[in-house]
Amino acid sequence: MSHLSRLAAAAALTLSAVTLSAHPSAADELPFDRIVNGRYQAVLGDCAGCHTLPGGASFAGGVALPTPFGTLVAPNITPDAETGIGHWSETDFRNAMKKGIGHDGVRLYPAMPYPAYTRMSDRDVADLWAYLRTLQPVRNDITSNQLPFPFNIRAVMIGWNWLNFTPGAFKADPNRSAEWNRGAYIVQGAGHCATCHSPKTALGADKTNAFLGGAVLQNWLAPTITNARREGLGAWSIDDVTAYLKTGANRFDIASGPMAEVVTNSTSQMTDADRRAIAVYLKDLPGEANKATPVAVNDPGMKAGAAVYADNCSACHGLKGEGQPKLFPQLADSALIQQADATSLIRVVLAGSQAAGTQAAPTTPAMPSLAWRLNDAQVADVLTYVRNMWGNAAPAVASDMVGKLRKSLKSGS
Amino acid sequence: MLSGWYFFKPDEARALEAIVDRLIPPDDLSIGGKDAGCAAFIDRQMAGSYGDSSRLYTKGPFMHGLPTQGYQGDATPAMRYRAGLAAIDAYLKKAMSNRGFAQLTAAEQDLFLKDLEAAKVDLGKIDGKALFNLVLQNTMEGFFADPIYGGNRDMASWKMIGFPGARYDYRDHVAKHNQPYPHGPISIGGSPDWSRKG
Amino acid sequence: MARKLPRKDVVIVGLGWTGAILAHELTESGLDVVAIERGPWRDTATDFNIGYVSDELRYAVRRDLFLQPAQETLTMRNTTSQTALPMRDFGSFLPGTGVGGAGVHWNGHTWRFYPSDFNLKSHLTERYGAARLADLQIQDWGVSYDEMESAYDRFEYLCGISGKAGNIGNKIQPGGNPFEGPRKRDYPLPPMEMTYAPTLFAEAARSLGLHPFPTPSANLSKAYVNPLGIAMGQCTMCGFCERFGCANYSKSSAQTTVLPVLMRKSNFEARCNSEVLHVNLDATGKMARGVTYVDGNGEEWEQPADMVLLCAYGLHNARLMMLSKIGKIYDPQTGEGTVGRNYAYQTNAGVQLFFDDKNFNPFVAAGALGQTVDDFNGDTFDHAALDFVGGAGINCIPTNGRPIGFRPTPPGTPRWGSAWKKATRDNYLKAFGFSSQGSSYAARGNYLDLDPTYKDRFGRPLMRMTFDFPDNDIRMSHWVSDRMEEIAKALKPRQYVQARRNKSWNSVPYQSTHNTGGAIMGADPKTSAVNKFLQSWDVPNVFVIGASAFPQNAGKNPTGTVGALAFWAADAIRNQYLRNPGPLVQA
Repeated sequence: MSHLSRLAAAAALTLSAVTLSAHPSAADELPFDRIVNGRYQAVLGDCAGCHTLPGGASFAGGVALPTPFGTLVAPNITPDAETGIGHWSETDFRNAMKKGIGHDGVRLYPAMPYPAYTRMSDRDVADLWAYLRTLQPVRNDITSNQLPFPFNIRAVMIGWNWLNFTPGAFKADPNRSAEWNRGAYIVQGAGHCATCHSPKTALGADKTNAFLGGAVLQNWLAPTITNARREGLGAWSIDDVTAYLKTGANRFDIASGPMAEVVTNSTSQMTDADRRAIAVYLKDLPGEANKATPVAVNDPGMKAGAAVYADNCSACHGLKGEGQPKLFPQLADSALIQQADATSLIRVVLAGSQAAGTQAAPTTPAMPSLAWRLNDAQVADVLTYVRNMWGNAAPAVASDMVGKLRKSLKSGS
Repeated sequence: MLSGWYFFKPDEARALEAIVDRLIPPDDLSIGGKDAGCAAFIDRQMAGSYGDSSRLYTKGPFMHGLPTQGYQGDATPAMRYRAGLAAIDAYLKKAMSNRGFAQLTAAEQDLFLKDLEAAKVDLGKIDGKALFNLVLQNTMEGFFADPIYGGNRDMASWKMIGFPGARYDYRDHVAKHNQPYPHGPISIGGSPDWSRKG
Repeated sequence: MARKLPRKDVVIVGLGWTGAILAHELTESGLDVVAIERGPWRDTATDFNIGYVSDELRYAVRRDLFLQPAQETLTMRNTTSQTALPMRDFGSFLPGTGVGGAGVHWNGHTWRFYPSDFNLKSHLTERYGAARLADLQIQDWGVSYDEMESAYDRFEYLCGISGKAGNIGNKIQPGGNPFEGPRKRDYPLPPMEMTYAPTLFAEAARSLGLHPFPTPSANLSKAYVNPLGIAMGQCTMCGFCERFGCANYSKSSAQTTVLPVLMRKSNFEARCNSEVLHVNLDATGKMARGVTYVDGNGEEWEQPADMVLLCAYGLHNARLMMLSKIGKIYDPQTGEGTVGRNYAYQTNAGVQLFFDDKNFNPFVAAGALGQTVDDFNGDTFDHAALDFVGGAGINCIPTNGRPIGFRPTPPGTPRWGSAWKKATRDNYLKAFGFSSQGSSYAARGNYLDLDPTYKDRFGRPLMRMTFDFPDNDIRMSHWVSDRMEEIAKALKPRQYVQARRNKSWNSVPYQSTHNTGGAIMGADPKTSAVNKFLQSWDVPNVFVIGASAFPQNAGKNPTGTVGALAFWAADAIRNQYLRNPGPLVQA
């Protein structure tokens, strides 16, 4: 039966996956090792997240990226000569990755996270290039730029870059461990965590003084991932962080929304050593503790919120917000719940959300949409309630903010 | 409540409201079937997939069956209500000096319903007892279903018997054997407790 | 004309419990598997939304998740002398449809059959003599309990069953069912926290010297991660179990135990809203070539495959065999033919108790939360001085307090008016019931075949069910009802009311969706449709998995045994058939 040959193919794939963890040493490298490392760089960089449509051909582009300035569509990066990057040189590729300048000097929009990739080593970029050259060319013509005027003029990016972008290599900190530096290299470079998790200036650049301090995009809050108490990773151990990156789930939380895709496509496929390095680095980033005091339990909003919670939420999240590992996120003493900005929480209550699925945590539980059942005030009150119970403290949620997001979700933006 | 009928004509609606208000009369335990919306509930059911039997097997041939074989008629519930209410009206107008069901006194209404239930009313081709059973079944469905279907206004029936409604978590009460459950009902549509007081 | 699709290794008809388990097991062996499911895709958060899932009218009364008779029904009659007529609405039993099948909306009682159930004919003949079985068509399964033990274990651990073992390695365990066959280890989770009524029931039963124990439940007593890595929640006892999907991942189903892993596999595909018309055989009629099905747009497709697994509801497995001409249809006059043979059901009875001074809060409930007395089930008791074989489990499992369906009032109460209302109000919290779930033993005249008159929406004949309760089963049920009466008296209610089982079987009031037989397993191709590995005797690349394989039904819910049979058949395919495709048992 034909299944035997497929078994053999599957076994070969498993073997190559194992070799991913072996970093080629500079001395006796083989082209194969460099391609394997290049493939791993694509994992670290989550290239598939933007350049592969779900169910579509790998790296053939087509994922739409809504930005505050309009929609960009990720291009085809397979070696197809006409519709991909088949006619690019390695230098073109390095310039795109590290300077934001594409083939023929075209300026790239920073939705392509070159402000982070500029920290990648030349060698990793070269390996990634070598890997991309091995892909099956796919003919898929993409019109990347669907931004409205004036942002559709790519020359605008020259001004943006002058204001916001400093090309430059990653600088290791000799006073820190190799592990810390490896984590910093991934987080600042290929992993481009700041693209989502750092607050943005009005021009869409990362605010450098609030590195990884949390940001809202596409009606999701990418939370603080510094070691800040309450809002950040303060309550998480290094093992909690690595479990989250590996499986999408730990004793506190389950990845959902855009982070679910990142876990599925990227962090769950990283090596254990790299996940740990990331955790060590993030846990060392100082962050300011949220100093909110809990809203009083006899507040009318808290009382209404308690009733909404008991009748809509407790059957999964528990009578005391304790949740259930790998299934229902814990709400008590939860960083995500205590973010100053409640955008993600409102969004999840209104629209529902499905958690990440990984080999190690395959359940993919989902939160149902409750927009049809709860009005704006009820959503606000139940969120105020969970944000101020069981050891949590965070600002009350205003019902007009729920209304705004409800409208925005309805219009599909 | 009389506005917005989907299926029944005004006369049918009036008669049906009078019927459901005798099946479930207003008294000190609860509002009656009419105020609870049972007729409106039936109206909406008749306008949907229950009323037209579109989910059932409706191919012929239609043959008289044994009791163990269930309903074998070709009439849908909607057709049975239309023909049944007309037959009741014609019967009563003849027997009760030109008064329809809604015009009878409560005592007369009860007497007629008892006779219909006991198969003592001759409605011609229509099986009066089966019709009574259909109306009774649908009335009870309306009275005890979630209020979102138009009956059981303000969860009146649930409050009456002590059913807490669309709740999903009784873990905090399971060990409290023989103790009353402390919370009132909630509907799929929500609960007054979910809104701020004062 | 059907358009032909690329070949698959395996096509599975139906993606419920057995289809999901077989698909998971066979994809683990690297096979390329497609499941064709005639109902819709269903997923917890979208289809069993916690905000609206507790809707009694929609789900329990209008039966939104079930197979609609417009799609397929059966004709029924009690004896061959009657004319079968279509069940225009389902009543007595309610087949499922859609991904997860009836496993989406079951209660969750998860039993093992007794060792003596598997070799029933040999066992009873040896103990009571052949004459005792003369009116029945009882058969051995061709497989033993010992062979099935590890398959039962795997299903219970897949599901996270909550219960208390009564017999581990032939050591009787206090608190469990002392009559059960030996198991190698305890249930994966402890029993659920007991509600009030079953607690009183158990006390009364113990006072009579009986052996009550917590019913093994697929409503989970605790959070659980199954061997596939899938996480499940703790049951919250909402009382919306049977006829409902579970909103919080706390009832075992294909959705909560298998599909998250299965759907990630690149060698698996599910096609929903697609109804298989028939299995296609080659010119010899001895090999299946695949199936033909109609998709949701009415387009007809031929799906070639090396193996066909019938994993639909048991009744539909039997009908698909008949429509596909796999095996010969049973003839009750001659006793020849095997497909449709030994249709059996469940012989149930009940008792309702009314109290003045108790509050049972009937809505605090779960589908399988309760207590069982098995002292009178199967052959756990001596039938030597009795006039029947078989028995019944006595179950006190108050599953819900949903008021359209649950409004107990004493006999003599009017059905409407103020007196009705007062009685309804006065008794709602103060009554509970328990019931006997009795064995249903095969008889020569109880069978399935194709109806000569009525057709489905594709013009195919409906299946015809000819069934009435055998006299043996009625005598059994009455005897067990007497035992229930003793328990009822010991509970000292104000009043109790018995509902005894009598002839004839009525297709209207709900009784049980435990329809068994029609494609039964056994050791002899003259009296069974499939061999001990659930492989068709006639077309060896067809396996037929489900309660259709039960030669007769025990006094227990079938799902535990159905799930175990799925693992059992999967093992036979993986370990034997794939190495050497062909008949696994020589006729």
